[in-house]
Amino acid sequence: MSNADDQPAVPAETGVGTATARSGTAMEPPTGRRGGWRRGFSSNERAMGVVFVLPAVIGILVFLALPMAMSLYVSFRDWSGLRPLGTSNFIGLENYRELVVDSGLIRQDFATALRNNLYYVLGVVPAQTSLALFLAVVINNKVLKGRTFFRATYYFPSITSSVAIGLVFIFLFQSNGAINRLFGFFGLPDDIRWLSDASGVLHNLFGLFGVDEAPAWLAEASFMDLSLWQWLAGPSVTMFGIMMLATWTTTGTMMLIFLAGLQNISNEVEEASKVDGATNRQHFFKITLPMMKPTLFFVLTIGLIGTWQVFDQIYVISGGGPQKTTLTPAFLVYRDGFDGAAMGRAAAISFLLFILIIVLTLLQRRVLRPDED
Amino acid sequence: MSTATADVSQRFARAHRTRQVRRLLGYAVLLFFAFLYLMPFLLAVSASFKTQAEVAANPLGLIPDAPSTAAWEVVANSAFPLWLRNSFIVTIGVTLGRLFLDSLAGYALARLDFPGRKAIFAFVVATLAVPGIVLAVPRFLVLRQLGMLNSFSGLIIPLAVDAFGIFLMKQFFESVPKEMEEAAKVDGASVFTTWWRIVLPMAVPGLIALTILSFQGSWNEFLHPLIAAPTNSDVWTLPLGLSQIAQATGETRNTPVAMAGSMLTTLPVLIVFLVFQRYFIQGVAASGVKG
Repeated sequence: MSNADDQPAVPAETGVGTATARSGTAMEPPTGRRGGWRRGFSSNERAMGVVFVLPAVIGILVFLALPMAMSLYVSFRDWSGLRPLGTSNFIGLENYRELVVDSGLIRQDFATALRNNLYYVLGVVPAQTSLALFLAVVINNKVLKGRTFFRATYYFPSITSSVAIGLVFIFLFQSNGAINRLFGFFGLPDDIRWLSDASGVLHNLFGLFGVDEAPAWLAEASFMDLSLWQWLAGPSVTMFGIMMLATWTTTGTMMLIFLAGLQNISNEVEEASKVDGATNRQHFFKITLPMMKPTLFFVLTIGLIGTWQVFDQIYVISGGGPQKTTLTPAFLVYRDGFDGAAMGRAAAISFLLFILIIVLTLLQRRVLRPDED
Repeated sequence: MSTATADVSQRFARAHRTRQVRRLLGYAVLLFFAFLYLMPFLLAVSASFKTQAEVAANPLGLIPDAPSTAAWEVVANSAFPLWLRNSFIVTIGVTLGRLFLDSLAGYALARLDFPGRKAIFAFVVATLAVPGIVLAVPRFLVLRQLGMLNSFSGLIIPLAVDAFGIFLMKQFFESVPKEMEEAAKVDGASVFTTWWRIVLPMAVPGLIALTILSFQGSWNEFLHPLIAAPTNSDVWTLPLGLSQIAQATGETRNTPVAMAGSMLTTLPVLIVFLVFQRYFIQGVAASGVKG
């Protein structure tokens, strides 16, 4: 609500307004008493409104909107990023074509990155969401003591530097590291090469059922230069480790969001359902979960947006390896643009990723639309 | 009648037992996850006080056999102190910038009536949707064009305005009663004076939340410095410097030094978190409820 709405309409004095804005006399008292204080304040207000938002708007324009436009322009050029932009050529949709249409290594890498990230999303989003909801429900139980401590403990990894956590991860998951020792202690396999095993988790699972080789129909058919068998590989062991790490670091934030949602469910509803003799399970599925639907939707949305941009952990831990099994579109943007001197293509990848994220978010909104209220 | 009372008291006893069991289960779950969430940090701290040989031989030991500060000495005599200083410069710069610009813009969007207000707010909200990685190439282009690559200004200025902060402050200002402002207006105070003297002091909780968010965000920020200061290690921040150590050495890296560096990077956030925990949690909760 603006203040002017509450006041009698005052004719716009844009002339005075812009003059004040231009002269930049921000500290000056209102434009005198000539037209009465209301009028003076109002025209001052119009000018000051512009003055107040201008720095922020210029900042966003220069470092966000303009760069996006430039980047779109670059995505239509064969620019390396090393020499002046003017030396590059306009090549139309060629960068996009190489990524999506033309057969070759570029498209294969892009497809590999999409596959890897898809498995990452399919693993991490459900894991972090359900774990976060579970922890929130446990912590929300008022008879338990020390809830503040536990809440803080679970949340802390979420606000720690991803690089620092990545290094700790490397230390813990080394082949002779803490995790393998711990696995050995519990009689689990203790020789997992977490940082260098490129074998797909699903492939390994098929192997348990005696399917070690690709059936011909899966090996021969391919989509975007990746055989169907390769599409079905699942995340590699290394990617699987990174997925566990990501779940561990992000759960805390989502737990807090769920907790806020749970505390919004009024006590009366809780009591009523208890009095009606609902069991805890009934209570959770019939009362809590439906009332948490908007929160759940929000958590899934930020989860989806976040997981499609995984970059820091990949950069620190695996650099896209082993055998490209942790390559992701976000990492590909960096690899091609800043290491591989293909800035035009990197720009194209980032726009494709942008479109992908928007489409998936809208799709999710259609499927899981929270009830309008 | 007596059987009925017996039945009831039995039922109470059973309910009591179930409650006890449930409480025990609750603690078991909480403790298990506390272990899972704390252990990595404890092991990392412990490793930073071990020798490389002991880390390799006994990565799970929480108490070093022969405690050594060698790794911390290496850290102290490397570029780490410089990166620590840089991290503070960048974080403080970004945070001050956001506090000033976001609260100015947020106030204007919440209270002032000026042409294009709705359009500008829509624009701000739209930019919230742009994922960070999508900005990597564009930001590099603009910083290069402006000659700001590899400098503090390139590290600070692009992050000093953020759409989320504007959004947060606008929401906050809308929740503050406007009587005081009206009174100031009647007394003939200018808009800027009203904002500076009346509105900002009332907005302290919102400003603290924004400070915390932006401190934590820019302290940990990795992608932006990686893009904006690729080759000048004199302006690197801690996460960037730390990542380059990781890149350089592979799996044979000096683990105690890597852990000491990681814990050095973590410590300031831990301290701020312990002091301002309430604000962290309120901030996240607010974002969730709004969404």
